[in-house]
Order: sequence, then structure tokens, then C-alpha cells
Amino acid sequence: MSERTETAVPAGTAPSEGLPAQSSPVSPAPAGAGHGDPGVGKTSGPGGLWSGDAAESIRRNLGLVGVLVALIVIGVITRPDLYGNMNWVGDNIMSILTLASVVGVVTVGMTFVIIGGGIDLSVGAIVAIAGVWSTTVATQKFGAAGMIFTAVVVATCVGLINGLLISYGRLVPFIATLAMLVAARGLAAEISDKQTQVSGNETINSIASNRILGIPLLVYILAAVVAAGWVLLNRTTFGRRTVAVGGNPEAARLAGINVKRHTLLLYALSGLCCGIAAVMLTAQANSAQAAMANLYELDAIAAAIIGGTLLSGGRGTIIGSLLGVIIFATITNLFAINGLSTEAQNMVKGGIIVAAVLVQQFRFKSVTQLFARNRLTSKS
Amino acid sequence: MTENSGEQTSTTAGEPTEPQPLLAAPADTVPGEVVLRLTDVVKTFPGVRALDGVQLEVRAGEVHCLLGQNGAGKSTLIKVLSGAHQPDSGQVEWLGEPTTFANPQAAMKAGIATIYQELDLVDDLSVAENAFLGHEPRTLGFVRRGYMARRTREILGRLGHAEIPPRRMVRSLPAAGKQVVSMARALSHDARLIIMDEPSAVLAHDEVGNLFRIIRELTAQGIAVIYISHRMEEIREIGDRVTVLKDGRTTAADLPARTTPTRDLVSRMTGRTIEYVFPDRPTAEPEHSELLRVRELSREGEFADVSLTVHSGEIVGIAGLVGSGRSELLETIFGARRAEAGTVSMAGRTLRPGSVGAAVRAGLGMAPEERKSQALLLGEPIYRNVTLATFSRWARLGFTNAGRERSEAEAVADRLDLRPRDVRRPVRTLSGGNQQKVVVGRWLLGDTKLLLLDEPTRGVDVGARAELYQVIRALAAQGVGVLLVSSEVPEVLGLADRVLVMREGRVVREAPAGELDEDTVLDLVMAGSLMEGAPA
Repeated sequence: MSERTETAVPAGTAPSEGLPAQSSPVSPAPAGAGHGDPGVGKTSGPGGLWSGDAAESIRRNLGLVGVLVALIVIGVITRPDLYGNMNWVGDNIMSILTLASVVGVVTVGMTFVIIGGGIDLSVGAIVAIAGVWSTTVATQKFGAAGMIFTAVVVATCVGLINGLLISYGRLVPFIATLAMLVAARGLAAEISDKQTQVSGNETINSIASNRILGIPLLVYILAAVVAAGWVLLNRTTFGRRTVAVGGNPEAARLAGINVKRHTLLLYALSGLCCGIAAVMLTAQANSAQAAMANLYELDAIAAAIIGGTLLSGGRGTIIGSLLGVIIFATITNLFAINGLSTEAQNMVKGGIIVAAVLVQQFRFKSVTQLFARNRLTSKS
Repeated sequence: MTENSGEQTSTTAGEPTEPQPLLAAPADTVPGEVVLRLTDVVKTFPGVRALDGVQLEVRAGEVHCLLGQNGAGKSTLIKVLSGAHQPDSGQVEWLGEPTTFANPQAAMKAGIATIYQELDLVDDLSVAENAFLGHEPRTLGFVRRGYMARRTREILGRLGHAEIPPRRMVRSLPAAGKQVVSMARALSHDARLIIMDEPSAVLAHDEVGNLFRIIRELTAQGIAVIYISHRMEEIREIGDRVTVLKDGRTTAADLPARTTPTRDLVSRMTGRTIEYVFPDRPTAEPEHSELLRVRELSREGEFADVSLTVHSGEIVGIAGLVGSGRSELLETIFGARRAEAGTVSMAGRTLRPGSVGAAVRAGLGMAPEERKSQALLLGEPIYRNVTLATFSRWARLGFTNAGRERSEAEAVADRLDLRPRDVRRPVRTLSGGNQQKVVVGRWLLGDTKLLLLDEPTRGVDVGARAELYQVIRALAAQGVGVLLVSSEVPEVLGLADRVLVMREGRVVREAPAGELDEDTVLDLVMAGSLMEGAPA
């Protein structure tokens, strides 16, 4: 939604490290402000401020693209033989996107939950239970459709249980999903008897290997989930309720929105995404086991946070989360082709998470402070 | 614990030793001397001027009462005094020296202690650990637990509560006991000024007497107390002087607490500091049909046996002070709180209790008391706030209709003369009055038949007030019923057709607005002892 209305913001200011809030008052007021008569309202700050939170999201996302470009530049410098080689680049982009696909699908669901004011620590465990359940000997008899159905239904049901505990059982989301993390992995280990369950279904396995027009099927799935997530968040009543419930639950309630039911649905949606991810991951490994998708919850939360989703709820974008996932996948890719250890990679990832949140706080603060100053000067 | 047990028994055995100069008034404080003086203190937050020229003068050894409605700026003032906020302009003089407290620790150190309404104690630490939290007596980094317990016992003895064991966990104490611990903490800092924010609110009736005894002991030692309460009787009993705040300004300073007529105090708190411009009442009474009927609605400790009706096209006003149960009543009618007894029906059909959705579907709308925390998504654009209760009606197959929403919101903006008019601006950037228009405007969409307005003009400037009055009148003229709550008596009398006066959770008078005047209503609102039967 924001993408459409705020294009007038000068793109050049976005990726820069400078204060966006200071640059905005200088920028020409977008066309839409014309009939606003900025001089009338007592509190109307300078024209640039109005662009507000929506434009802020655009700037953030452009900033993330900037980070991505920087990573690619690092790639070109460190491995010119690969990153500079046009024949190889296409393949590498595909391998990055494939790497991002499973976590990406989980992150879309996570983004909804966080915007809605919650958190879901159980996503990795839900992927595991769905993957294991769908690859039992009994389930595999029903063929590919049966396996996919099982994975999606199991994951959605687990999400529903999370939602019930949180909305009607009034458990804190952190606690409820932490308990589910432990319990679901336990159940997955129980069902699989701690064994790796090989998927004998060729249709399932081919999901990971098939390509259409040279692009892996997994990347199409990611694209479809991201597109659906974007539409759901920006164009539907469900998305609007998500923002309202996360932004101000009391206001949402007093406007007649059923906050509890919506919270329930958010966790079910997160579960659904985990079910899709479980099928994808099972296809990649040709098997499922209780330890699969380990620590996916942290990857998904980190990607959403880097993507600009407020951990306190009420704000966030699907595109930002997608960029967050791709940035992480690119870092992994860079480290791999430079032969560096995963340990070093994890340290860099940690640093990036901290940096992203620092930038977020800094920007938020600078905008509100600037606003406060304007109020003072306009009064006196 | 165990390593100190020997020491503990030795101290408990002996009677409290002779009074130590723990909290005695410092020699340089003469009773009656001004310890704190505020001049023209201003504090601004984005979108609101919380303090707008506060004057305050507190003398050593006095109980200085601070009166004001919710939102008058009392909390902000406390935060400025306790170092949590720094004033934007104006002067704070402490013991004759111009000062600003950079943080709460600095204020504590200077001798200003604050006892907050929601007691800020750590439940899982002992009484002594709470009393000395942040400044524990130490030797080489080790807390001197025995000494700390001893000093705490001494302080508790001075407060008349030697029976509270210093090593008891605070969690296990009743509210009154926790308050004593809060005061012990203040005294452990050698406080010369103690700010008490509605200390009686958490206490049962008979515990209030004990609180007053403690306060008298403190003031006898030259300690100044700023006492905040809504209960007039308490102010009469314990207070020396009163300062009244309204809309962030001092409207009256240094009134004698015992002799100033209640009506004077209340009118300075709620009264007209601005010109009220009310639209004319319609001359011909239209044919009314009953819309809302509330029958014997009750909620324990909030309100009891409230019955009322609102007809279409009628404005019914509820006058009452904070704590009279008026806001709780409105929220219960709207389904935001569940009634414990009684029914609410709209046009003859009983509403499901505790369901906002059912109320909204039946045609109720509410503009709650706290705009920002209860009604608005501050970062979202105006139009999405206006359509928050209606967007799903225009949606098709779950897809929102942004164009329709914007045009509907623009129509509302035109009708309410919203400034600025651009509905894509974040609502955060609007002034208080325009934010309120957004909240009211929300219910102009859809088919709202009855509007519940809780303090619709709080924090709204004069011009926007008059406009809001016009809007409310216009709505009534179109047949919408309005139930209005306001602590500003002139507002209720000027706007409503019929007035209910609430006190202590009950309706004490119902009459057409024409038969009441401000004095009568003020008498009713304040009548009797506010301490008797006040909601605990």
C-alpha cells in the first residue's frame, strides 16, 4: 500500500547513512499534500514529516537493498572469479534464493504474528512435527497429495493450539510458543522414534529438484507465499485487523474487532506457513527427522526484525522480511564461497541483527524528537 | 539469611533504642520555610502541552494538596519533581537553589521521595531490601544485611509499624503494609519532601486513619508532603494548603485546605477557564422513540443499580467526578466491561453482555476517555483510523476497498472540518482536537444510532471544542442518541437535554438540563463525605 502512495519521496536519500528525518523537511512536499493546507493545523510540522511511517518503510526497504548491494560488492571484490562471472551469477542467485526459500516461507507467517503483537518461537518445531508426521509409513501410503495435506493440516492445528493458549488461555506468547517448541519436537521424536524417515515419494522429492524456465520450483513457492502474504497484509481486512490488533489492541477492541479470534488466526497462519515449509524442507532432504528446521525461529525472527517489523507490533512489511531473509542467505553464500567457517558467519549475523535494531531505534527517535522540537518552535 | 540470625535476635531482643537522627528534620530547615518553589514550569510532549505554566510553593512541615482532574498534569508534575522528566522551561527552586534533577536518583539524593500510586516495590525482596533499594549500606561491596535490617526496624518504628519484620518478603504484605515500606524507603533517603500520589486509593477505610497519623508525624519533623487525592474529605482532614491544576496550569495556589468551600475547589478544577460556545437547542421537541435502555446495571466497586434511557435525537449528559463510576458505566454499556448484574438493550433488544462486537452491530459507538491509548492507531493514516470500525463493511471477499475508505473518510473530514484535510497523514501529527474529531468521526460512518462520548473535549482547544459541540448537536438533530460523560459541569448543562448526576457509583439525580444550574450540580456531585462508601 505504502509503495504506491509514497513514491514521491526522493529515492536518493534512502540508503544513505544520514538522518532521514533531517533530510525529509527539505524534500519537496509530495503532490498529495497540496490540499492539506499545512499552515492551518496547529500541529502540522513541515511538509516532509507527513510522509510519516509509510515512507519510513520505503526508506528502510531501500536501505536493505543497499545492504544487499554492499554484500554483492564484497562478493565481487573477494571472489571476482565467481561474482564477476556472468555465467555463474545466474546460478548463484538461484542458489541464494533456494537457500532463502524455506526460511522465507516461515518468515512470512512470523511477520504476521509479530505485526499482530505476538511472537512464535515454535515455528522450527512445527516444521519438524509436520515433516515427520507427513513422512510416516502410514502417511506415505496416501501419496504426495496425502503427505502435503497432512503436513499442512498438522502444522495449522499446532498453530491453532498456540493461538488458543494465547488468546483464550491468556498465556504470554513467549511462554506458550516456548512450551510448544519443546513439546512439538518431543512429539516429532516420539513419532519418528528418533530415526530419519526417508521420503520414498518421487513427486515430493522432485519439488526440490524441479525447475521451471530455469528457476527452481522452491523459489516459485517462496514467491507465491510472499505475494499472498503481501496481498493479505496490504489489501485485505485480515491484514488491516493485524495492524490494528498489534498497534493498539484496546483501540481495536473498542472499534468492534474481535481481538482474541484474530490473534488465534494469526498463530494458525504461522502454522500454515510452517506446514508449507515442512514439505519444502522434506523435499530438499528427501527425508524428515525430529531435529529438522533447528533454530528456524531465530532466523525468521531475525529476518523480520532486520526487515523493519516492530517487535512491539503494529508495523512491518512483507517485502522487508523477504529482504531480511535474502540478506542472511547472501551472507551464508558469501562465507561459503570464500571458504569461511559457519562460526564466523554466525558472528557476522549477530552483528547485523544488532546493527539493524540500533538503526531502527535511532531513526525512530530522531523522527519523534524532531517532531517535538517543531511543536515547541511553532508554539513560541 | 542464616549468617545474620544471631545478630538479628540480639536486636529484636532489645527495645527500639533511643531515637536516632535518622529522619529528623535537618537543622537548616525551619518549619514554614519554603523548600520547593516552581515558577512557570512548562513541559511539552509531541502533540500535547502537559504542563503549561505551573506555579507551586511547598513549605517545610506542611501537607500541600494537589488537586486536578485526570489529565490536568499532576502526573507530569510529579515526574518533573522526581527527576523522571526535565522541564522545558520555567524554574524549579529546591531549598532556595535553582535546580533541575537529571534523573530520579538525583532527586532522591537531594531529598525528594515519591510514593507512586502503583507502589514501585520489588515483591520478591524483603522489606529491608526494598527500603534501601539502590543505596544499600555496604562494606567492600558486601551488603551489611544486619545493619540494614536494624535501620529498617528503626524507621518502621518511627512510622508506628514496628510489627513489620524487616526480613519479611514484601509480596506477603497487604497494600497498607506495602505503603509503609514505600514510606520507609523515602525516609531511608532522609527525604525532606515526600510526594504521595493518591496514597489512600489502595487502602481500606480504617487504614487511611493510620496513614494520616504517619503523615502528621512526618510533618511534625519538618518534612514537607505533597498529597494528591480526589477525595475532598481527606484534603480537609490532612491538608494545610491546596494548589489546583487544570489543563497543565495552576488555576489556584495556596488556598487554605480546611476553609476553602468545596464548590470553589471543584469549580477551579473543572470550571470554565474558557468561553463555552454551545449551539442553540432545537426549539421544537421532535418525537422521540426509546433507543437505549439500561436496567439496574452493576459492577462491584464501580457502580450500582444504574438505570437510564436515551431516546433517539436526545443528548443525555452524565455529570460526575473521577471515581464516580461514569467511565466504567459507559464502557460497560458498550460491552467493553462485562456487567455483573442488569441489562442493556437497544431498541428493545437486549445486548449480549461483554461483547463490543454485539454493541457495534446494534448501532452503538464509543469515543473513549483516553484517545491515544484506547482509540487511535497513532502511526496509521487518518483515513484508516476513521474507518477502523467500518472497513470490513466495504470489503468484498475480504479485500479492503481503499478508494471507498478514503472517500468516506474525506467526507467525514469535510463534515468535521478536520485540519489538515489530507487523510493520508499519520494521525499522530494531528492536534488533540483534530484527533478527537477522528475518533468521533469514526462513528459517523456506518449506521451508528447511539454515541457514547467519554470526556469528548478533554485536551481540546477552544475552537475545536465549539466545533465538536456543533457536531454532537447536528448528530442529535439527525436522530442519533448521545450519552455524554463530562467532568465539566457547564459542558453537560450546556449540551445535554437531560442530565444524570453520578456520585460514588450511583445516580443521585436525574432532571432536564433546564431545571439544573451549575451550583446545584456541583453540590450534588460533591455532597456528603466522599470517604464514606467511596469505591475502595
